[in-house]
Amino acid sequence: MSGTGSASVMSDRAIGILSPLILLGVWEVCARAGIIDVRFFPAPSNVIKHLIEMIGTGDLWRHLAASLYRLVVGFFVGCVPAIMIGLAIGLYRPVRAAFDPLISATYPIPKSSLLPLILLIFGLGESSKIAMVAIGVFYPVVINTAAGVRQIAPIFLDVGHNFGASRFNMFRTVALPGALPLIMTGVKLGAGMGLVLIAIAEMVGAKSGLGYMIWNAWELFDVQTMYVGLFVIAIIGFLLNAGFDMLERVIVPWRNR
Amino acid sequence: MQAVTPMPSLEQSVAVPKIGLRDVSKRHGARLALEKITLDIPASAFFVVVGPSGCGKTTLLRMLAGLDAASSGEIRIGDPTPGHPQNAMVFQGDSLFPWMTVWDNAAYGLKMRHVPPARIAEVVGHFLNKTGMYGARGLYPYQLSGGMRQRVSIARAFANDPDILLMDEPFSALDEQNKVLLHEELLRIWEETRKTVVFITHSVDEAVTLGDRIMVMTAGPGRIKTIVPVDLPRPRNVVELRHTPAYGELVYDIWAQLREEVDRARSREPGGGA
Repeated sequence: MSGTGSASVMSDRAIGILSPLILLGVWEVCARAGIIDVRFFPAPSNVIKHLIEMIGTGDLWRHLAASLYRLVVGFFVGCVPAIMIGLAIGLYRPVRAAFDPLISATYPIPKSSLLPLILLIFGLGESSKIAMVAIGVFYPVVINTAAGVRQIAPIFLDVGHNFGASRFNMFRTVALPGALPLIMTGVKLGAGMGLVLIAIAEMVGAKSGLGYMIWNAWELFDVQTMYVGLFVIAIIGFLLNAGFDMLERVIVPWRNR
Repeated sequence: MQAVTPMPSLEQSVAVPKIGLRDVSKRHGARLALEKITLDIPASAFFVVVGPSGCGKTTLLRMLAGLDAASSGEIRIGDPTPGHPQNAMVFQGDSLFPWMTVWDNAAYGLKMRHVPPARIAEVVGHFLNKTGMYGARGLYPYQLSGGMRQRVSIARAFANDPDILLMDEPFSALDEQNKVLLHEELLRIWEETRKTVVFITHSVDEAVTLGDRIMVMTAGPGRIKTIVPVDLPRPRNVVELRHTPAYGELVYDIWAQLREEVDRARSREPGGGA
């Protein structure tokens, strides 16, 4: 029954908006009543006040811009080769034979544990941060893209051949669109992973960025700034997801909803 | 109804056949799927193949389409008319690209052949109209019923304007009402275009309704059991046709031939009795 369905979707949304608000409300009350230690858990209203101050001084914007720049550049540096290699792995047996063991062997390595090596190779500048994001984005995208090509029903390849599609057109009209729904899943996972890694990478050997801001606040015992950093990262994560959902609706309009 | 034995060689036939097979066999690993098929199909024929499941009907069609190679023997297909592809296939089951609209699916073959856009618009519009799908041209396959999808699949094959149409049980998943309507549409379009059609089915009714000649195949390995000519007049009205005694007689004859093979196929299934 569609009526009940849309009603339950509505109530799901309402709960989704209400539950964090209620949590913030409880937190605020507890902080003011002295039930929780405000040195570790400052009242949300104070965090927001501090956030507005930091916007005013331009500090927040400087760190945010640095992180976003690394995130966006790293995202493309990781994503584009991942899609190309993933498509090739899915389409061509020898490529799969060459790459599959490499990827399965390196995939389980925690990406954060690569940071020292990356710092060694790329130094303390921007490129090491970008490389960390790119590595985080690369794996989920390449794995999902290859899986996306392999799950394309063989009949679609038959149709392509029967209607005279060239090698390039098999790629463009069958493999790429057929894999696109799973590629999008990989891109979303990859963007999330990139965000995790940029925060970690900036805590070590950086002089700007949200990760640096959080780490620096710990050193100065500036708990409110720390919370501002966490809050902003959470917002970025939320917006990234919402943005990719919108993008998915535009470029994968055939996905049955 | 007398059975027609396959013509012995290409040279002896009067007109050069569109499709000629000589001792064509196909193995899938150790299993022999098709054994020594020798067959001529004239141009503009509506040639129907019936046989029990697993007799290699689809394998035969895939070899004609060039999607599979024969293990031995020779397949000769007449040169396509210049500017036309040799064949287009209507596949069994869902074969429309889910990521393309009805229009883009129907235009696929023409686009792959780099036909000028104005010509594509004309041809695709024509066949979507013929199949009653023009109004749905902007929809995606997931928004269509099974019958509508199969109509687009037929439009896609006809729009590509091939010399030979290969149809692999295109209506097997549809309900009876839709099937009758699509039979009528298919016959109407075919009578206008007179393309060579090779049509595979497991339905004897469908075979007699549509075909000029019906080839009955044996249970695996697939061989030619008999080829029955269908001398029912055209144009055919699908519903009227089924009332005529000649139709009933043909269906009965072919069923009798097919029955033996179905029984043989069943007796070989694990746990099969009879």
